[in-house]
Amino acid sequence: MTAVLEVTGVTVTFGGVTALDDVSFVVHPGELLGLIGPNGAGKTTMLKVVTGIVVPQAGTVRLANADLAGLPTHARMRRGLGLAQQLVRTFDNVSTIENVMLAAGRQRTASPWAALFQVNRSVERRIALELLERVGIADAAEQRPDHLPLGYRKRLQVARALALDPALLLLDEPLAGLNHVEAAALADVVRGIADDGRTVVLIEHNLGEVLRITDRLVVLDSGRKIGDGEPGAVIRDPVVHAAYIGEGEAA
Amino acid sequence: MIGAYEISLLTTIGIAVTFALSLNLVTGFCGQISLGHAAFLGTGAYVAAMSVVAGAPFAVGLIAGGLVAAAVGAVVGLASLRVRHDFLAITTMGVGFLFVGFTRQQDWLGGEMGIAGIPEAPFGKVGLMVVALGVAAATAAFSVYLKRTWMGFAFDAIAADEDTARTVAIDVSRYKLAAFALGTGIAGLAGGLYAFNIRFIAPDSFGFVESVTVLAMVVIGGIGSVLWVTVAAAALAVLPQWFQAVDDYKLLLYGVLLFTVMRLSPGGLAGLVARLVRGVRQ
Repeated sequence: MTAVLEVTGVTVTFGGVTALDDVSFVVHPGELLGLIGPNGAGKTTMLKVVTGIVVPQAGTVRLANADLAGLPTHARMRRGLGLAQQLVRTFDNVSTIENVMLAAGRQRTASPWAALFQVNRSVERRIALELLERVGIADAAEQRPDHLPLGYRKRLQVARALALDPALLLLDEPLAGLNHVEAAALADVVRGIADDGRTVVLIEHNLGEVLRITDRLVVLDSGRKIGDGEPGAVIRDPVVHAAYIGEGEAA
Repeated sequence: MIGAYEISLLTTIGIAVTFALSLNLVTGFCGQISLGHAAFLGTGAYVAAMSVVAGAPFAVGLIAGGLVAAAVGAVVGLASLRVRHDFLAITTMGVGFLFVGFTRQQDWLGGEMGIAGIPEAPFGKVGLMVVALGVAAATAAFSVYLKRTWMGFAFDAIAADEDTARTVAIDVSRYKLAAFALGTGIAGLAGGLYAFNIRFIAPDSFGFVESVTVLAMVVIGGIGSVLWVTVAAAALAVLPQWFQAVDDYKLLLYGVLLFTVMRLSPGGLAGLVARLVRGVRQ
């Protein structure tokens, strides 16, 4: 079975600092993979390599067996990535449902000049409403995102990324900043998305929820991969344990 | 019957509204500030003037002015793809100065003296007024339509947050270029009409003051609002003609208006009216 995402030997240095050091991992179809590690481990840098914001000094990223090298972010999104960013970034000049419609209309926005002759938004509105219902915020469809609480905005980002119908959904700390109840509820939504057959990579600090919902873990520490496997086994690994105990004391 | 004064006034309004709506496309819809928009008015004016002086029909001159301005606008847009916000403001300001500096030095463009003796339009002053108002109405209608299309929808996303627009698969660079080409092309059309109306153009007619004036029209009307930018452009175009005092203190008045709007109602007249309507309803 072909891997959805195949990261091979990725190395990134910023100035003299090595952010990622020869990291390789794969994401299998239908899998919910947790990408974890202490602060500064390189998780977000890895995400930026996958989405094309950071160009690695070495290594390759392949999506469904196609090399993504040289493709800008928007082109990678068209090839099958979906991203919910760590910091909430919504389009606050349009409504919540329109945020999702913009992603659902990716075929219509493929070329600016073709987009000039497309007016109908009804199909995208229907898809967007379904996705807002899927993440549980359909009641806020017509409101401006900046008027919504953080929990809603986090869910909006997930719905917007899903609207691209991605082969691989990347979620960067979707639970950060949410209270215990909200976090558990959104984690359930993420698990549900994976159960629908969607392949998901989840970057998350909330270890309890990560262990509860993921199928497999990849652990980074100081830019190196230190663990890869079944969540329970990985987290009991002495090397991984040490990395986290160290961070636990600091926090 | 309307008199020569009213004809001149309405022609001026038509040109100003077209020019302001063209900037509204770039700045209001797509969120790309420009402090050098008069350079494209000037490009259109020079191309149209040179064309008719050389014997081309007026329609050809007008369209050529729009097309050349759009082409120059796309090139400037290309140069602006890597800069944003205040850096884009400064870059476009530089383009404005570049235009004036360039035209002043070119003998074939009349240099400092500009181009005088542009022939009168064969359709007369009334005809020119009708064309100017028609182009303004068409630009307004096009703006309203554009806002409803997926191009306008993508512009919304880019105006809000370029980086996030990329994450919903929008090719931000191509859309920004399209906005620049459309906005500067329409500014070029307005420029051609300006040249036919005044029948004399010189580099200083398209300087920094004109760029700031048109930005003031857009900001005072309400960035992105087709209706209120039209109202503001019409009002700011006729005020100096109605009152000599306004003409004398034009820059001072625009400056005060800009400052007041940004301080008290950043949404311009459109934002002010929306707030009043909400207030009355409550």
